[in-house]
Amino acid sequence: MGVTLSVHADAGRRRIEELLQENEEPVFKRWLEIAGSSSNGHVDRGSLVGQLRELYQALRQSFGESSDSSDLRGLLAELSRSRARQGFTPTETAIVVFGLKEALYEIVENDGSPEALRGFVWFSRVIDELGLFTMESYAAARERIIIDQAEQLLELSTPVVKLWEGIVAVPLVGTLDSARTQVVMEKLLQTLVDTGSEHAVIDITGVPAVDTQVAQHLLKTVVAARLMGAECVISGIRPQIAHTIVTLGIEFGDIVTKASLADALAHALRQSGIEFVKHRGTRIAVRTVEE
Amino acid sequence: MTTFDELPIKSNSDVVLVRQHVRTAAVDVGLSLVDQTKVVTAASELARNALVYAGGGQVRIEIVNNGIRKGLRLAFSDTGPGIPDIPQALTDGWTTGGGLGLGLSGSRRLVDEFDLQSAPGEGTLITVTKWAR
Amino acid sequence: MDRVPVLKLGDILIVSIQIDLQDQSVLALQEDLADRVVATGARGVIIDITAVEIVDSFIGRMLATIAAISRMLDAETVVVGMRPAVAITLVELGLSLGGVRTALNLEKGVALLNHLDGAQIVTAAQ
Repeated sequence: MGVTLSVHADAGRRRIEELLQENEEPVFKRWLEIAGSSSNGHVDRGSLVGQLRELYQALRQSFGESSDSSDLRGLLAELSRSRARQGFTPTETAIVVFGLKEALYEIVENDGSPEALRGFVWFSRVIDELGLFTMESYAAARERIIIDQAEQLLELSTPVVKLWEGIVAVPLVGTLDSARTQVVMEKLLQTLVDTGSEHAVIDITGVPAVDTQVAQHLLKTVVAARLMGAECVISGIRPQIAHTIVTLGIEFGDIVTKASLADALAHALRQSGIEFVKHRGTRIAVRTVEE
Repeated sequence: MTTFDELPIKSNSDVVLVRQHVRTAAVDVGLSLVDQTKVVTAASELARNALVYAGGGQVRIEIVNNGIRKGLRLAFSDTGPGIPDIPQALTDGWTTGGGLGLGLSGSRRLVDEFDLQSAPGEGTLITVTKWAR
Repeated sequence: MDRVPVLKLGDILIVSIQIDLQDQSVLALQEDLADRVVATGARGVIIDITAVEIVDSFIGRMLATIAAISRMLDAETVVVGMRPAVAITLVELGLSLGGVRTALNLEKGVALLNHLDGAQIVTAAQ
């Protein structure tokens, strides 16, 4: 019984291969129509024809003697990747694969033989599998884009600026999450080493809110900087944030906090032995006091 | 496609060796510099614990994959006296070996996953995992 | 077992740790330093850990112990060159190195000791 079935299946499979070969032009034309209609002019016809031709050949190759589907999978992965990057929807991407089923069905119907119908069931399963593979590649490509963008955002939003010889600052802007705070803090500590700066100002004027985790990260950074031999001042704490920190019961201990970045800079300058003297005019003179 | 590495912990120089192997594996997994440092430090604490409290043991260093991210998994096992009171052993400052009492509790904070299995007389198995971001 | 060399520069002893330390080497260094502080009458000790990739609780405790012993022998200890990753890890581990002074690099460490002493210690450097 099993043997008969597999003989039938083999016969069906062979019939499908024959049909794909004999009717290449009509099947291909119909496929192109289906795949092209869904793309809403996203893609130019010329390159679609090229892509589908390659896919068609690779598909037939995968049915052949060698039954090697690595070319086919490679092409499909490439197609989903580029479509994901160009902003195609999942449907627009999947229809390229599933469209071939419909295109071939018309030929199978005309053929009408039991082998062809049986073969079509098998063919259907193959295409479904390839469709799922395409969707997986598409999702993976989208995932990659999201990760890349998140990384770019981290890079963008973490400038460490030099305020004075030996004094650096990080003006934090926007919502802080744990990952971003960690990146900023690592960068700040590295800058202290690279520039030999003994004073750092973390300005959170542009931060709308902090949670326990972020406050903890800020604290840990200050402690880590101390372990390295540098002092941190936190400036620009909004009233709401001060309220949150106190309500959450987070101990800021002996960490210096200042209302504004200017106050923090003045504090750091004083600490490094630089004194400001205001003359009668508007000019401000700076003098370093030797110790 | 997991690869792993097993090392004995019998002497002080083995602790150094464990640190070096863990560092190499952490680089392979693609951990950031800070995460490498954290996991190597945790490995150093746990290897020393095995040496001090159980007279030795071994570590299995394994690169794991959860589908999205790669990670480093370290399993420290010994056949020592075991830990009678696990919650107490995980408290900061608790020590029976004259140390600072930060080995277990501190290591737990340095990794993403921490699993401790132990019973008196049955040795201890500590498995920690650090995932690449 | 490797021994860490202790260098003398004026009134300051300088130790630069360049190897992955075994626990015995750590203990040996602790003893060597105490002996040298007494023998030389040094006023300051600088421990350079620029090359150190990890500081675990054992090495952290060693640093704190050296600082405490030196202070009893009338010498201040400064740990210099701690890497950011090491500092972040120590904080997470829960080690605060209480009583240990720190500086970003060797130069700043020397400056800190001079400042603490209120006088120029390093005459050899001139």
